[in-house]
Order: sequence, then structure tokens, then C-alpha cells
Amino acid sequence: MSKINVAIIDTGCANITSVRCAFERICDDVTVTRDQDFIRSASHVVLPGVGTAGAAMEKLAQFGLITFIQSLTQPVLGICLGMQLLTKSSQERDIDCLGLIDTKVSAMKNSDNLPLPHMGWNQLTHLTPPLFNGIDEGSYVYFVHSFAVPTGAFTAAQSDYGQAFSAAISQNNFYGVQFHPERSGKVGSHILKNFLAISATQEKIGS
Amino acid sequence: MLAKRIIPCLDVKDGMVVKGVQFRNHEIIGDIVPLAKRYAQEGADELVFYDITASSDDRIVDKSWVERISEQVDIPFCVAGGIKTIEDAAKILAFGADKISINSPALANPQLITDLTHEFGQQCIVVGIDSYFDKDTGLYQVKQFTGDETKTRTTKWQTLDWVKEVQARGAGEIVLNVMNKDGVRDGYDIEQLRLVRDVCNVPLIASGGAGEISHFYDVFAKANVDGALAASVFHKQIIEIDELKRSLNQDNIEIRLC
Repeated sequence: MSKINVAIIDTGCANITSVRCAFERICDDVTVTRDQDFIRSASHVVLPGVGTAGAAMEKLAQFGLITFIQSLTQPVLGICLGMQLLTKSSQERDIDCLGLIDTKVSAMKNSDNLPLPHMGWNQLTHLTPPLFNGIDEGSYVYFVHSFAVPTGAFTAAQSDYGQAFSAAISQNNFYGVQFHPERSGKVGSHILKNFLAISATQEKIGS
Repeated sequence: MLAKRIIPCLDVKDGMVVKGVQFRNHEIIGDIVPLAKRYAQEGADELVFYDITASSDDRIVDKSWVERISEQVDIPFCVAGGIKTIEDAAKILAFGADKISINSPALANPQLITDLTHEFGQQCIVVGIDSYFDKDTGLYQVKQFTGDETKTRTTKWQTLDWVKEVQARGAGEIVLNVMNKDGVRDGYDIEQLRLVRDVCNVPLIASGGAGEISHFYDVFAKANVDGALAASVFHKQIIEIDELKRSLNQDNIEIRLC
């Protein structure tokens, strides 16, 4: 089995430090970079992101990363806005995203007078492998967002805030979590470990 | 269900955690990182670090400890203190803070709220409001520069108007600190928090007055706030976080048990 190393794509966004620190707690080879050769050779790739989808897509375009990310074949994890970027499009200023997971992002509805953004610890349900192996239904993770992916064919976990929405999505080698595993205590750390186990399993099958 | 948040607040002065009564007479509580770690392990849902001297002394919060917290703590945390520009905010967020909170600089320049929201997104921009109930006039007044008693001043804003204004400018969360209650431990100001809740469509955090477990129940059940912030009861271990959360859970408050 080859060594696990994590490349965190340096999108110039704000939460890179907390994502890096979270992976460093469970893996001894973590790099924040925009070097495409390096990222392509990594066993796992992470696409972090906070802020607005439009600004983030502009940054990816500016760094020449759009077709590059689309061409990646190892497991890729998008976190929060990074997850939303993996979809086809976002209603947040109607922008096109990377189109790697066949779904769309829409604004959360302010139903039942619930405050927005959806901010705080909420529960995960309808959990599916491999990202949620060993995670209990109803576990709490930390969310901060106003836009969300509705539940659908590519939903890997759900949460509920006035309406059910995708807490996680996946298609092929692309995985996305709407919550912040890097800020979700032991549960979040467990989910990140599950992500790092994905390629190891695949390599075992392939070898 | 979204859980109600229990948020220990650590007032930071010269790199140490301190606590005073009604913003005065600060005593040193301890080092930042070990205390932050302890709270995370005990079940805190989030941490807030206020550099209480920063705004008054016209300098930005010393940031070296922010990255050390990010390395060692796996729950969200917010940093407040003297953030006056996009650049100030960018540095603190780059060190790993999940949110930044602005208070006096927002009063000096409300456009700052708008600018920060555009740059970093609404989700990480918190506005702290120091509200003082004036018994003589019966008005809730917003105070500025509360970190230093000699510089504290009353602003032109009444609290409910300022709550509406900061939301219109894109604040992602509001922390309402009731100054009359700070460090007094006789309960949150339920009446005022209810009034604020009625006009607050973003998450609302109550601050000031926590002294016993029933105060937390009251503020969640009666004022429907999203989170309750407290300092001295946690620092002095008058209330243990895990015991507090078990109690709230038994009383049917939605709580994340660890």
C-alpha cells in the first residue's frame, strides 16, 4: 500500500489553516499547495472554501485550476463551499460550478422563522458508506451556510433545518460535505479518517 | 435538530485569559490554549476570544495565539478585538479563526460590516453589541469602547435600532452583551433578549448574567436565543459544561451531548 498524503488546494480562502490543522492531527503528510503536479500525485485532495461561490470560482479560474480539478482521479473532498463548487451550479448569483456532482445548490428557505445562516451543531441522518462508516445516526457536526444542496440521488448524508438538505454528496471519486469536519470534534475527525481510508481500500482492490 | 450552543467566552489581555466584574478589575484566569482545550473536551460548542484591551488602545489583537488554538482545538472559535479593516480580518481568519467579531469599529464605521461581509461571506462576520439599560430613561443604549472604563461612551444608537442596522448591513450573527449583567451572575436579561429576538433574523447569542444552570434553561426556553455565552461560571468551575448540558437535555432543550 502506498503512502497516504493529502494535498489541500490553496484556494486563497479563509479556512485553510483549520482544515490543514485537522488533517495534521490524523496524517503526517499534509501540504497546502497550488502546484498541479504535486496535487495530481497526492493520494487525497481536499478543496476547502468559505465565502461566496462566485468569488471562489473566480479564484479557481484565476489560478487555472478549473479543468485541472475536473481531471483529478483520486478521492477529492470538498468542504462547505468547496462541496458546493463540485456541483453543476449555484443559485448564489447563478454561477456555473465544476459540474462533478450532478446536482445544484439553492438558497435555504427561511421557513418557520428559523434564523439564517444555518449556524451551529446539527444532526446527521441517512448515513451512507464509505464517508460515514462507524458514525452513529444523529451525530452532531458543525454547519455554517445559507445555501444548500437539496436531497437527491447523490446525497450521502442528510440534515434538517426547516427542510431536509444534503449534509454530504458524492459521485465517482468526488465527495463533498456541507458541514465543517475540521471543526466538528471527534465525529468530524472520524469522517476525515474515513475519507483517507477510501483510496487505501481502492488500492487494495486494485493491487 | 439544530442544537442550542454553549459558548465559553475567554477575555484576553496581554495574551492571558482574564475576567473582571462589569468590565472592571481584571483578574488573570490562566493561559489561553490549555483553557480552550479543556473547554472543547468538556463539550463547549464554540469558543469566543475577546481581546478586551484592543479597541480602547487603538491596536490590533496580538494574533500569535490564534494559530496555536487552531492547531489544538477542533471546535469553532471566534476572535474579537480591534478589527478595523479587511486586512485585519483576513489575517485572523488566515490564522484559523472561524469567525471574527467586531464591535466598537462597527459603530465608528458601519460600512465595515458591509465590506467584511462582501469579502469573507456573511457566515464569518459577527457583530458584538454592548447594551446598557439606563434605569433613568428606560432606554437600551449601545455603548462603545467598553474595554476601558475611562474611554467607554454612550453612542447615538438604541439597541434595537442597531440590531436592525447591523443585519441590514450583512452581519451573520449577533452577540448581545448586556452590560448591566456582566459578571453579576443573577441571570440573563430575558426581557431585553426577547425584544432583540423579535427583530433578529440571524443567529442571536446571549451574553451577561449566567450564574447557575437554570439561567441557561431560561434564556433558551424564554428568549429563544441560539447560543448562550458565559465566562466566570466556567472559568471558576461554578458550572461544569457537561453537567450543564446533561441538565438542559433532560429539560428538553436541544443540546449536543458529548
